[in-house]
Amino acid sequence: MTISVGLSTYLLVGAMLFCIGLYGVFAKRNIIAVLMSIELMLNAVNINFVAFSRFTPWANTAINPLIGQVAALFVIVVAAAEIAVGLALVITIYRNRQTTNVDDLNWLKW
Amino acid sequence: MSTMATIVFFIFAIVAVASAWGVVTSKNIVHSALFLALTFFGVAVLYVLLNAEFLAAAQILVYTGAISIMVIFAVMLTLRGDVSVSSPETNKWTWGAGVAGLLFVLIALVILSNGNWRILPMASTAGGTVELSALLFQWYMVPFEAAGFLLTIALIGAVILVKGGKERNDH
Amino acid sequence: MFKEMHNLFQWAWLIPFLPFLSFLIIAFITKRSKGLSSTISILAILTSLGLSIGIGIGVISSGTELVEQPFLSTVNWLTIGGLKIDFGTLVDPMSAMMLFVVTLVASMVQIYSLGYMHGDKGFSRYFCYQSLFAASMLGLVLATNLLELYVFWELVGLCSYLLIGFWYFKVSAREAAKKAFITTRVGDVGLLIGILFLYKQFGTLDFYGPGSLSVQMATNFQDFALIGSASYLTIMALLVFIGPMGKSGQFPFHVWLPDAMEGPTPVSALIHAATMVVAGVYLVARMFFLFDHASPVALEFIAGIGAFTAIFAATIAIAQDDIKKILAYSTLSQLGYMMFALGVGALTASMFHLMTHAFFKALMFLGAGSVIHALHEKQNIWDMGGLYKKMPITTITFGIGVLAISGIPPFAGFFSKDEILAAALQNGHPFIYAVGLFTAFLTAFYMCRLFFVAFLGKEKQENHPHESPKSMTVPLMVLAFFSVVGGWAALPEHNFAYFIHYGAFEPEGMNWGLAAISVLAGLLGIGLAYTIYIKQAIQAEAIVARFPGVYKLLKNKYYIDEIYQWVIDKVMDGFVAKVLYWFDIHIIDGIVNGLALITRGAGSGLRRTSTGQLQTYALVFFFAVVVFYLVLAMGEGQLAALNPLAMLGGVK
Repeated sequence: MTISVGLSTYLLVGAMLFCIGLYGVFAKRNIIAVLMSIELMLNAVNINFVAFSRFTPWANTAINPLIGQVAALFVIVVAAAEIAVGLALVITIYRNRQTTNVDDLNWLKW
Repeated sequence: MSTMATIVFFIFAIVAVASAWGVVTSKNIVHSALFLALTFFGVAVLYVLLNAEFLAAAQILVYTGAISIMVIFAVMLTLRGDVSVSSPETNKWTWGAGVAGLLFVLIALVILSNGNWRILPMASTAGGTVELSALLFQWYMVPFEAAGFLLTIALIGAVILVKGGKERNDH
Repeated sequence: MFKEMHNLFQWAWLIPFLPFLSFLIIAFITKRSKGLSSTISILAILTSLGLSIGIGIGVISSGTELVEQPFLSTVNWLTIGGLKIDFGTLVDPMSAMMLFVVTLVASMVQIYSLGYMHGDKGFSRYFCYQSLFAASMLGLVLATNLLELYVFWELVGLCSYLLIGFWYFKVSAREAAKKAFITTRVGDVGLLIGILFLYKQFGTLDFYGPGSLSVQMATNFQDFALIGSASYLTIMALLVFIGPMGKSGQFPFHVWLPDAMEGPTPVSALIHAATMVVAGVYLVARMFFLFDHASPVALEFIAGIGAFTAIFAATIAIAQDDIKKILAYSTLSQLGYMMFALGVGALTASMFHLMTHAFFKALMFLGAGSVIHALHEKQNIWDMGGLYKKMPITTITFGIGVLAISGIPPFAGFFSKDEILAAALQNGHPFIYAVGLFTAFLTAFYMCRLFFVAFLGKEKQENHPHESPKSMTVPLMVLAFFSVVGGWAALPEHNFAYFIHYGAFEPEGMNWGLAAISVLAGLLGIGLAYTIYIKQAIQAEAIVARFPGVYKLLKNKYYIDEIYQWVIDKVMDGFVAKVLYWFDIHIIDGIVNGLALITRGAGSGLRRTSTGQLQTYALVFFFAVVVFYLVLAMGEGQLAALNPLAMLGGVK
């Protein structure tokens, strides 16, 4: 039996990370844990980008496969910005409300 | 792909997924943060296997380094009560597990049923850091600068948010 | 030469645009400065007058070509589906004549208003409305299609409402403004329905040009019976005619016009001479091809209504005492003239009378305004008298107007009125001719009654009249000049009829025999008035005493207002309104309240889903994504085909 590591394998790893992250977003009560789960999801997306980049043949000159890596790089940038602002918001909310519990952050409801 | 690379892949893929599992299941938020760093590291190794050395480096620096540290600082600043129950589940977690599981099954079905994706990597040395930088600084110059601008704005925004507005300083 | 003229015609849009611009400037910028506002307004209308004269000269020098083929310049305004509406200008002799008349009268009225409205609180507002009024009327004249015309038509109605109700603090002015607005609106509904039907049938609303209404009607349109034996075009013609009936104050929509005297007198001059009321006549003339292709019934209807209005209003005018009311009924009567001229097929005569009437009626209204101004708002002619000593210019110019309207040669009214009467007789309407002739006699009589009593009669001690300032007398003199020479346009070889006619042009000389008869009728009227009011050989009171019923009937304007009041009180308020009220309360409100209740119920139910918990939202969101995907995948029968990347033709 040969275990081959191809594109699908990487995509499956990405899918697992994504769904675990999604579960975290749904299930965690601490808002920082939710943010961490979002980071997991972003990483899963990045794995997909890089995997497709690697497995795309260079035959087609019109499409540079490295675009996938560029996209992943921009995702990292945006993720860094997001986590910075997100954590700043968490700290501000904590100052005002003395809580990081997502269930308590429901004052936008009817 | 050599057997060695296959073994490395499976080790680190399992590390990444398992520690991601740890992130979302751990009741202790500090443990979650540490698991998160581990996941980032595992993903970085996968990048290396995918010939994306620069991204791997960026992953280690930005995620494992900066973001994990920031998360831990945030945890430290907001922690109160017993740390061992600092990250509980909501009472609707079963629903979340159901939807996430369903989504995974769907995605897996799509991936496995798609024949075009059942391919092995070709031996290729192209796609190194040099080509990436050429692409980034020639074709994607403007988005790159925009990303830099975005980061600056985010930094300023974060500082202002945490520091608070003027009226807070007044009293 | 002709090419240069066409370049000039392309700038015709400036004529309505300049007053409109002045309206905007006054309304938004210079409202606080009275001097600036009036200067801008008058400058704008004078420039338009200059342009109109230029275009008039261009039309005359380009001769036949323009008579056969109007000059159109249009831009597309809107295209919705098949509906394509242009906005543009139409230059032909008729519109050129109207442009000249409207701009001349409007500019005279505005200059006159400098003196008349001096010191009024709403001075700037007045000029603002005046500019808008002139702009909309000029736009109406230049309209290339029915919808464009309708837009300006309604704008004219709006401006008349604003100007009649200019002194809004007077209850009577407010009421009169509403009456004018609502009465004309009733007519406009008919016009609008006509427009919609015409569009449905022909797919265009253009007057002239390729594929336009006139071309289609002239070439390939087969008329057909619509209701009973009435043909489609006849119904359309009658529907369209309802609009002009309201606007031009034809019976039974005439009631608003005398009440419109509540506005400042120059406004009355503008409304009655040049703008609002002749819009209806102009529309009928513009759409004359429609009436021509319709069955003769339509034209006979117009002729009948016109003739009836003419004599109906003239009889009322005899018994009125208010100087402006007399002029108002005289206007109604003259409008009836124009209408029945159209009805007997004499487009030329009608337009000619429209022009001359604009000159002498504007003159007389402004003269009346001058008198009222001098006597401090006295309007009853019996309170006046002997004004000729103190107000020579007003008296002389007013006298010219009276002679012109009485049809005495060589004044303007003689030519146009004679042409109408001759056309009526020659086109085979002897009865209408007789009515017209009798009306001419009545007109001469009541106008001279007004003139003799107010200007020549015994001086009243309590009055201290004085001649009006230059700004008021100069327009009077200008208009008097045109009231004298305006009719001479009928004399040269390439005369008025050469340029403005419908169908083939037939040069016609003056019919001096008929002219003599109508002059005789006019002289008879003047003589009768002279005997009664100057010589006092016959006592007016004695006549009244002999026919008290008739006098009362005339004095009360045939009780038309009272009849309308009764109808509205008893039928509309008493019955129709009650039914509608019930319908409104139970059906309309029921639907509205029901909708509100459903919305409220749905809202109070659905708000429970708005928990404010982000995770619940995300859960629902992703669940929906999964469901959508599954539904689509089931629909396609396979998962792989729906793979988004595969669909995009992505990585192979």
